[in-house]
Amino acid sequence: MNWWVKRTGQALFTIWAVITITFALIRGLPGDPGSRIRDQAQRHNPSMSQAALERLIEARIPASYDDPIHVAYWEYLTSVLQGDLGYSTFRQGDVAPEIASVLPWTILIMSLSMLLMFALGLGLGALMAYKEGSRFDTALTGVSIFFNSIPYYVAAVLLIAVLGYRLSVFPARGTHSDATEPGLSVHFVLDALYHATLPTVSFVITGFGIIALTMRGNSIQTLGEEYIRVAKLRGIPDRRIAIRYVGRNAILPMWTTLLISIGFMFGGAIILEEIFQYRGMGWLMFRSIEHNDIYLMMGTFLIVTIAVVVSLWIADATYGWLDPRIKSGDESESY
Amino acid sequence: MKVNPTDAPSDDESGTDGRRSRFEGSTLFDRDDADGEYRTDGGQSAGDGQMFADSEFTEVTTGQRLSEVFYESIYEPFVIAWSDWRTKVGLSIISLYLLLGVVAWVSASELLFLDRITIIEPARGDGPIRLAPFQDWSYPLGTDMIGRDLLAAMIHATPRMLQMILAGAVFATAVATVVGTVAGYKGGVTERSLMTLSDVLMTIPGLPLVIVLIVLIDPSSPYLIGIIIVINAWAGLARTIHSQVLTIREHSYVEASRTMGIGTPTIIRKDILPNLMPYILINFTSMARRVIYDSVALYFLGVISVQTIENWGVMMNIGYENNALIIPEVSHLLFVPMVFVVGLSFGLILFSQGTDRLFNPRVRARGSGTTKSKDDEEITTGGGAL
Repeated sequence: MNWWVKRTGQALFTIWAVITITFALIRGLPGDPGSRIRDQAQRHNPSMSQAALERLIEARIPASYDDPIHVAYWEYLTSVLQGDLGYSTFRQGDVAPEIASVLPWTILIMSLSMLLMFALGLGLGALMAYKEGSRFDTALTGVSIFFNSIPYYVAAVLLIAVLGYRLSVFPARGTHSDATEPGLSVHFVLDALYHATLPTVSFVITGFGIIALTMRGNSIQTLGEEYIRVAKLRGIPDRRIAIRYVGRNAILPMWTTLLISIGFMFGGAIILEEIFQYRGMGWLMFRSIEHNDIYLMMGTFLIVTIAVVVSLWIADATYGWLDPRIKSGDESESY
Repeated sequence: MKVNPTDAPSDDESGTDGRRSRFEGSTLFDRDDADGEYRTDGGQSAGDGQMFADSEFTEVTTGQRLSEVFYESIYEPFVIAWSDWRTKVGLSIISLYLLLGVVAWVSASELLFLDRITIIEPARGDGPIRLAPFQDWSYPLGTDMIGRDLLAAMIHATPRMLQMILAGAVFATAVATVVGTVAGYKGGVTERSLMTLSDVLMTIPGLPLVIVLIVLIDPSSPYLIGIIIVINAWAGLARTIHSQVLTIREHSYVEASRTMGIGTPTIIRKDILPNLMPYILINFTSMARRVIYDSVALYFLGVISVQTIENWGVMMNIGYENNALIIPEVSHLLFVPMVFVVGLSFGLILFSQGTDRLFNPRVRARGSGTTKSKDDEEITTGGGAL
């Protein structure tokens, strides 16, 4: 219970810290986003009164620039917590709904890639440890290292060139074809998965290698432990040893890899979405940079971070279930 | 990636050849006398009856000490690492890039006599346009839209890239090492606050933060770009170093140093850090890789504003903008820089995979194929279960 409170507290603390960083960055910027909105409004509607303009800016900016810093900070914090992330001058609408409409796409390719990458990596890694020293092991080690040294965006560009344009087997851009109506139909789901293939594959083929190699090393290390020998002497079936004794202990240290890759993949998705013109968070973030749209940019940053914090919190929750030792949390002596 | 000291005895049983058993007692691999050359912790503590004999009062000249340090922490690890083909290939690739960097730097430098030496001319638009690679040997890798020699452009992009990598990797590993060891060794409030900080930073996804910072700061110095790219990447490394330190600090020789009243900085420097060096080295290369990946991506997508074309990412961008994906005649604009990026990254990965055996005794003993003990056969049959 105590561990839970601590972990949740840390997640909340992180979210608060990121909101504060965002505020500091917006505040530290030269120029005033309000004047941009004023220009835009005056262009569209030159007859607008000064008071109406002020009201408009007030409504569109979470924290006013004229207030002293602590007042502005409090204003920003409360409005962000209420879901008001400011106004996007590029999309001409509130930032929050804009982000909400693209977030599911990012999460889709993220979770697909993650799932496939770990399934492939763990499976191959265990197999390599089992056949250690064989030709299969050597060949796969080489292949894993080579694929791992290709940046995912290079793989993406190559996949687009070959599978997207030359052979035209997979769509090279977009989240779904224009003809399909978004909805919960089988047709739409299949179409979305079809469009997600190339982004997912770019992640998976460049990422599975390191997981396989780590899993291989861990399995070999675990196989040499004394308790495996004891288990054998006790006559425990091989299957049970493989899964409960070796598998579980070899996978445990990889939890950190999983945690780090969540953040890494969200970051990578931003680059990939730009290359594939995939309308997710990354695509939106690049549009905001192109149009110098500060609130949209900060909004995407904030939401991506919160998405990572939440995924990590969920991942940590399941770790306690995998490894009960974590909850005992014995404090070590302080020197 | 955990060093298991209990592996050492089983290796000893079978380690009959002299070379191997020498390594067994060297600084990096045997925890119990890991600090043999350091006088402060009583040197070789186990059973040789001179617990305090070679402490402060023993005469050891600086020259002797230096050569011993060189032998144990540079020469021996190098020999072990070199015995792996991956290290050989990896190190050769890295050296090749370093050489390219030096060549380009000397060619472009205006320092004193270097001004007159130009080995490879910087890329200028004076060749035939859109020449494909391997057609004309005065332009081995072809030329771009306005006739710039691609090979020269690639080579002249190297120094900036290396500066970026160096700044980023040094910054990240140094911060991570300091935070990780201090937190792990001190414990208490220091540990809790430093680790909370690391946890928070670790949670923030790197690339979005880097993109936001680069857009807002708009840096042009390669060193600054390198540091921004790893602005929070050190946190994950600090966490792992911290947990390594937690096991090291329970060793008896550390306790001995503490009992003798040696200060925390000295203990960290002399008892704890030497054990972590191989680990830090490997993570140095992975940080380097990260800087390459991210910087090339950011140049490629045009997030970092550029003054020159001389960057692999910028050239990929030029290729991409010129439809190199669709038009086969210009596809080399995209593929040549890609080969350079993948090559360096491949070299770094091979190097770190090869040096893995430096601090993973089990992998080392089994990989060499010379030790086939009873223990190993057990393991192999155990593997049958998987």
